[in-house]
Amino acid sequence: MKQEVVLQMEGIDKSFGNVKVLNNVSFELKRGTLHALMGENGAGKSTLMKILNGIYKKDAGRILLKGEEVNISNPKAAQDLGISMIHQELTSLPDLSVAANIFLGREYLKGPGGMFVDEKEMYRQAGIALEGIKAPIDPRANIRFLSVAQAQLVEIAKAISCKADIIVMDEPTSAITSSEVENLFETIETLKRQGKAIIYISHKMDEIFRIADEITVLRDGEKIDTRPASEMNHEVLVSMMVGRELNQQFYKSKVSIGEVVFQVKNFSRGGKFKDISFDLKKGEILGIAGLMGAGRTEVAEAVFGIHPPDSGEIVLNGRNYLFKTPKEAIRRGLAFVTEDRKLTGLNLVADIKENITIANLKKYCKAGQFIKKAKEKEIAEDYIKKLSIKTPSCTKMTGQLSGGNQQKVVLARWLSCNPRIMILDEPTRGIDVAAKSEIYRLMSEYVAEGNSIIMISSELPEILGMCDRVLVMHEGEITGTFLREEVTQEGIMACAAGIRRKEISIEHTERRQHETESYGNEIYKDI
Amino acid sequence: MKQNHTVMKYIKIFKIYLVFLALFVIMTFASPAFFTKMNILNLLRQLSINGIIATGMTFVIITGGIDLSVGSILALSSIVACDFIHPNTYPIIVPILIALTIGAVCGGINGVIIAKGKVPAFIVTMGMMTICRGMTLMYNNGKAITNFDASFKVIGGGTLLSIPIPIYILVFTMLAGGVLLGKMRLGRYVYAVGGNEASAKISGINVDRIIICVYVIAGILSALAGIVLSSRVITATATAGDGYELDAIAAVVIGGTSLSGGVGSVAGTLAGVLIIGVLNNGLDLLNVPSYYQQVIQGVIIIGSVFVDQYFKSKKQN
Repeated sequence: MKQEVVLQMEGIDKSFGNVKVLNNVSFELKRGTLHALMGENGAGKSTLMKILNGIYKKDAGRILLKGEEVNISNPKAAQDLGISMIHQELTSLPDLSVAANIFLGREYLKGPGGMFVDEKEMYRQAGIALEGIKAPIDPRANIRFLSVAQAQLVEIAKAISCKADIIVMDEPTSAITSSEVENLFETIETLKRQGKAIIYISHKMDEIFRIADEITVLRDGEKIDTRPASEMNHEVLVSMMVGRELNQQFYKSKVSIGEVVFQVKNFSRGGKFKDISFDLKKGEILGIAGLMGAGRTEVAEAVFGIHPPDSGEIVLNGRNYLFKTPKEAIRRGLAFVTEDRKLTGLNLVADIKENITIANLKKYCKAGQFIKKAKEKEIAEDYIKKLSIKTPSCTKMTGQLSGGNQQKVVLARWLSCNPRIMILDEPTRGIDVAAKSEIYRLMSEYVAEGNSIIMISSELPEILGMCDRVLVMHEGEITGTFLREEVTQEGIMACAAGIRRKEISIEHTERRQHETESYGNEIYKDI
Repeated sequence: MKQNHTVMKYIKIFKIYLVFLALFVIMTFASPAFFTKMNILNLLRQLSINGIIATGMTFVIITGGIDLSVGSILALSSIVACDFIHPNTYPIIVPILIALTIGAVCGGINGVIIAKGKVPAFIVTMGMMTICRGMTLMYNNGKAITNFDASFKVIGGGTLLSIPIPIYILVFTMLAGGVLLGKMRLGRYVYAVGGNEASAKISGINVDRIIICVYVIAGILSALAGIVLSSRVITATATAGDGYELDAIAAVVIGGTSLSGGVGSVAGTLAGVLIIGVLNNGLDLLNVPSYYQQVIQGVIIIGSVFVDQYFKSKKQN
């Protein structure tokens, strides 16, 4: 049976700054089907969908609706063309009624000149829309009193009432219970029977194989393939998602790995992560891989005392701790480069020097209180040189630097505290290739001095290239542990998606011990 | 060129002083009574109250907060303190300490509720404004206290080397505030908290303590202003300091401190205080009715921030 193609995206390109996030991506959607869009974090799925919805502008390419080229300049235009997107973070207004949300911006009016909102008609129409997707929700209820799943159904009803033919769902099952997932799937089946076409973004492979008709895989901004779901299985899908060729070079020097210096024991926090235990050795770079929302950042924040865990403890140099504030963690020689340098890393309205010295300011003070400005400047300029931060002076506003240089300022801040253990959360996100490789070099130099790194990253090449050992997290648990010698992209992805579990094999451990004896100091060219 | 960014910061403050200077020159030509020793000293004594309060307000606003209770704290601390300065009762230091303590406690309560309770500063200090005003009225049934010991009158009315004492207090307060903000660790942390609270916390700063600190400073300086004011007018009234919070905020904002936090200086605030002071004094001399003065002050507040934003957005394009 040949189905009618309702949407074609052809040769879509998109760059942010000089980072190319979509490269010549094409995509076809058929009437009455569900088309799953798969890929790692940052593969370009959301960007592609935001272009379809007019949130981002494409740099090149065409979008055709039922064979006709269209120009989608904003979300309203997308809506008018029958494209609706249901965002991962629901965008409904919590204190308005279900009906008011469904008809937001296109209220039914009555009275002279449409002065008044016709509440009665809106409730009636909302009721019809909700009935259409078999959702038993009172149109008069405020969104605030609905569950996440119900609010989602309201968004779907809104899409239907906009006469949407194409509905994009971004991770719709990430925050709802399994019985609610069943309800959602029934709704999706209803929509398909009505001839709607659905684009579905999700990391949950089991779901995909239950409901998808077709699957398109994106990787690093490029389309890998589109295949009928019936011709795919978990293994094929994983290998398509991660099967990139690894030809990037990493500045990874061989460092002899010493004894265990740091242990996390049985860290748990309700709903975020449970029973997380791992250790970290001297000179080691330990990677933590996983998909978005796996709980990696939460674990790091718990370790560093930002949000202490419900239970668990830390062993550092043979003593037990549980840090309640970052201050305690810093005092014990930890440092934390956060995931989002703008949001939690830097004070963008302060200058570079102030950002570098802030975590260790007491050291540059007379009597512990009066800042020695000359000394402060000297330290800042020292690190600007060491990390080759590109700036005319240490008094430049940090907000005016490029992403890569900003990230180096954060690193300078922590390096100036002389920590023994650094936690790096997505250390190279959103920065250019040159800055990336400099950060890898700094990491290698840092562990060569006998320090250790925990690196959280969603970029598999960097995990594979830099880490001596890799932990994989899935829904708040550690589902995989790999040594450098045995780690593969497929292995990590399978554990990250929760379709496999893996522990380090004894054979590898023995081999590693053997190798430790013959460590040189050469640089890996390939991995 | 190497120091260009520090220089730019100074240029910004310098521009505000240029506005002040322009205003000063205009007033000198407009009114012969303006540029006389008498009037200048009088002008400085008048603006010392706002200057002291605005210094504390600068700290608060740099953290991204606001303090609406300064005027009421001024009234409460001075009426209680003035009950201890009837002739031949306590030495002068006793009422002063009482006033400063009340200021510190009220500010501390503000700070604790804002930092620990996560209640917006606007709400907390608005509540404190009403509470302190109510307590001031309760304290002496709304009546003023006027029976002062002669030694106390020196603070507001006395002179040293023919310069009024309040000017010394203002200069000392601003110098101390400037050093604290610009040269000391606490000041750096105040900027850090205002610039990015999450980043400050992760860098090991006790953010709650810094926030409590700035409201305590604002409270203490309000009380200090209260002592100067009641000593100068030889009365402590229940309505003293009414609306002073707005003058202080105006001075801080005109002085280039950003309401969104992280940016500002005491030097800028001084410029703001001088501009408002010269404006009020000059317009008084020119017999401009106070209603007009209010309109003009409002225009200057909006205008100064507008011009600042305009150039900022122009530079970005």
